[in-house]
Order: sequence, then C-alpha cells, then structure tokens
Amino acid sequence: MPAQLAFQNVTLGYDRHPAVHHLTGEVASGALLAVIGPNGAGKSTLLRGITGILKPLGGSISLGGIDTRDVAYLPQTSEIDRSFPISVYDFVGTGLWRKTGFFGGVGRGAREGIAQALAAVGLTGFETRGIGTLSGGQMQRLLFARVLLQDARLIVLDEPFNAIDAKTAADLLELVKHWHTERRTVLAALHDLEMVRVNFPEALLLARGPVAWGLTAQVLTPDNLHVAMRMCEAFDDGAAACAVDIPSRAA
Amino acid sequence: MAVDVLIMPFTEFEFMRRALVAVIALSLGGAPLGVFLMLRRMSLVGDAMAHAILPGAAIGFLLSGLNLLAMTTGGLIAGFLVAILAGVVARSTGLKEDASLATFYLASLALGVTIVSIKGTNIDLLHVLFGNILAMDDQTLLLVAINATITMLVLAVIYRPLVIESVDPLFLRTVSRAGAPAHLAFLALVVVNLVSGFQALGTLLAVGLMILPAGIARFWSRDITPMICIAVASAMLSGYAGLVLSFQTRIPSGPSIILVAAVLYSVSILFGSVGGVVRQLFPRRHLEA
Repeated sequence: MPAQLAFQNVTLGYDRHPAVHHLTGEVASGALLAVIGPNGAGKSTLLRGITGILKPLGGSISLGGIDTRDVAYLPQTSEIDRSFPISVYDFVGTGLWRKTGFFGGVGRGAREGIAQALAAVGLTGFETRGIGTLSGGQMQRLLFARVLLQDARLIVLDEPFNAIDAKTAADLLELVKHWHTERRTVLAALHDLEMVRVNFPEALLLARGPVAWGLTAQVLTPDNLHVAMRMCEAFDDGAAACAVDIPSRAA
Repeated sequence: MAVDVLIMPFTEFEFMRRALVAVIALSLGGAPLGVFLMLRRMSLVGDAMAHAILPGAAIGFLLSGLNLLAMTTGGLIAGFLVAILAGVVARSTGLKEDASLATFYLASLALGVTIVSIKGTNIDLLHVLFGNILAMDDQTLLLVAINATITMLVLAVIYRPLVIESVDPLFLRTVSRAGAPAHLAFLALVVVNLVSGFQALGTLLAVGLMILPAGIARFWSRDITPMICIAVASAMLSGYAGLVLSFQTRIPSGPSIILVAAVLYSVSILFGSVGGVVRQLFPRRHLEA
C-alpha cells in the first residue's frame, strides 16, 4: 500500500520550541489512525502541520502527491463566527470551494451533494436556519457535513467528539468508519482510549516524540501509556539548540 | 404640494441632480462594504480609515489648492498606505488589527489637521472635514461613479472568499490562499469609497453612508444577501430624503443625509423584525417545535 502521508524527521513547534520532536514514519493510504497522548503531547500541532497551517521547524511532511488545500481538516477549536448571518445550507456549501472557487456555479449535482451531506449527518430540514441557532452537537454535525462535501483523500480530525453527547458521537463515528470503507485516509486526535481500541485499527501514541506507533492493541499497552504520561510538557525558555540529527524511529 | 417638495428640487436645479447621482453611486459602492465592515466587527475601522486619508488629501490641497483630483489622489495614497501597513503589521505580528490601525490613523489624523492648518483657512478646514455634495463638478462626479463601478466589480470577485473568511477564517486558510489578498482588496475598496464619500460628506461623515445603512439592515434580515440589498436601499433613501430635507431647510447637505439615516436606524432599532425592541417587548407566542 503506498503511503498517503510520510513524515521525514519532522519537528513542529512554536517560537523554535518543539511540540512534536523528530517524528519519522508513514501512514498508508486508506489507514484509519488514532493519534493519542496526554494534553500537550503535540497531537494538535502534528495535525496542524499536516494541513499546512504550521510550517515544520525541521524535516518535511509529504502528502503523497496531494495539495495541502485538498486535505479536509476539522480543527479542535474553530474560529467560526456563529453570529455571522449565513444559513446552514450556504455554510455547508463552502465545502465545495475547491471545485467552485471564486465564481464556479453550484449546479444540480452540487446541490444534491449538499442535500446528501446534510442528510448523512441528520440535519435535513435545517437548510434555511442560521448557523447561530444550532446547538453544539448540531454544529459539530454541520462541520462533519462540510468535511463530507470536501470529498478529500486525506481527512484530519482534531478531537472531533469533544463535548458532544453519546448519540451524536456514535453517529459521527459511523461516518468516520464509512470514510474508512471508502479507502480514504483518516487521522483523528482522540482521548477516549476505549473508542480507539474498538474502532481504530492503528494508533500513534505521541508525547512530543512518538512513544509507540502501529497496531492499536500493541500501542495501547499499560507500559507505553505510562511512559507517555511521564513525558511531561518540558518547556525550557533557556533550552539550547537541539543537537540531535538522528531521527527517533517509530513503528 | 408634495411634488413641489419631493421632485421639483431635482427638476429645477442641476446641482441637486448631480448630488442625487452622487449619493446613489455612493450607496451602491459603500453600503455593501458597510455590511462587511459591520459583520467583521470593523465598523470603527471604517471610521479610522476615514481619518487616515486626511493627510494625503491635505498634501494634495497644499500642492494645488482646492483641486478635487489632487486631493483624491493624495487621499487614496494615504489611505492605501495606512490600510496596507496596518494589515501587514497585524498579519505578520501578534498585534490585533484594530490596535494596529488605531496607531496608524491617529498619527495620520494629527498630521492631516496640521497640514491643512499650516496653509489653509478655517473655511478650507471645514470643507475638508464636512465636504459639500452640492458642489460636485463633472470631474468629481465621474470619479465617484468610477469608484462605485470598480467597487461592485471587485466585490463580486472577492465575495465568496470574503464571506468564508468572515465566518470561518481557519477553514479558508486550509482550502485556499485567497484570504489575505481578498482582505487587502476589501480594505482598498473601503479606502476608495471613503475618498468618494470624502468629496460629498467630508472626512468625518463619509463612513456614515456605509455603517448606518448596514446597521439598519441588521434589524431586518438574518441572511447576508438580503442584508446587502436592504443596506443599499436604505442608503439611497437616506441620500434622497437628506437632499430634500437640506433643500427645504437650512441644514447642510452632508449632516442632513446622515441624520435621515440615523432616523431610519432609530426606527429599525425600535421596530426591526430581527431583534427590534418592540419585537422583544411583545414577543409572539412560541412555536410548537
């Protein structure tokens, strides 16, 4: 299976301080990978690096030939202005940007796509409502509908099931598994280890550096989790420049 | 006779017809921009920009007297400089756009008033500060019309990225690189329209024909498309009624136009169908589902 995603000794961070340190490895095309680790482990940073929002401090990330703009990304904390006067229908429609661009028409096919995406997340009938009227769970469903419409080969979800009820989480998880059957590559940062064990074939345990990476059952061992928890967020203002040029190998 | 009051001024006097054309052009360009300024929480940015164009206009005035083309060119240059510098500073440093703009426009305003005071009289200063829509010559009118045309064309091009950037900037950044250019183009359009408004309403009130109609529209619609239409219509209505009011009374034209808009705004606050005071005080019975 060709790699959809390859990390070459990647270091990502802010103000020269690494949040993900010397990561090397590949994600096969069609993989369903859970990214887990304690708070501050670098999960969100890694995902931001994949989407191109954050440029690596070192190393490189290759996306198997697709443009960063063709990666569908669901951020953990969105910057969405919920008071903006836009309808659910139009908001989901922005997922078609890569196809329509500045001027492209939204034809019958596109309109059907929007209707199907809304139906898939259970928001049929909400088309004309303003996005400000949605509940937190409905908003998350809406964002999933937009990801659906982006029709991306590589989908990156940052803690997509946070602060939503069990029913919504279960519905949205079904969508994620459906994407897996469609051979799309999906990465999701998650905290619920039970959910990872049951639903995600592969896992990456991150604590700045990779602690373990591979089949979920082999990654989520008590020993590995213990190691990850202990690697606290080491932030040292006076840290010297990193001298390591041997990448830490994982998997 | 109603006809005498409402129509006669425009059939009888050419300067009134010119003023009406100018105000319609200003409404078409300015009001949609005002809606975006409001929705992007940049209402006061428009105000700041209006002040920022002053030194440019003042330098134009200094070089060639009350020549509108020179003042406009100067205003455009100053406005673009401040808008682009403020935008670049905000985007490349952690400083928020409003703080960045505030520093630039305050310096700019002080410089502008200084320049006008050095050479001009108080009358000149008054003209610069309040404009005169009743004295539009051919050249100025053409300029205002061209600016309105450019505004509508450019806005049509950047409309989608502008909307997406307003509602979900992070999403636009992940799917497109159009965000920053669209934002800068938008700021440039604001400057162009302020310079237009500057001839008619002066530096202090130019932004009024952008922001007040946008505020009015907010009380009548929940969707951005009708909101823009309502804003344009209420800007035109304010312009027309303001001119009539100014003609029949002794109120100067610029303040007259803005006062009419303010009255419309007050009515909207009270009776608007979206969040109006009366609607809140006497809510209709809640629905079944």
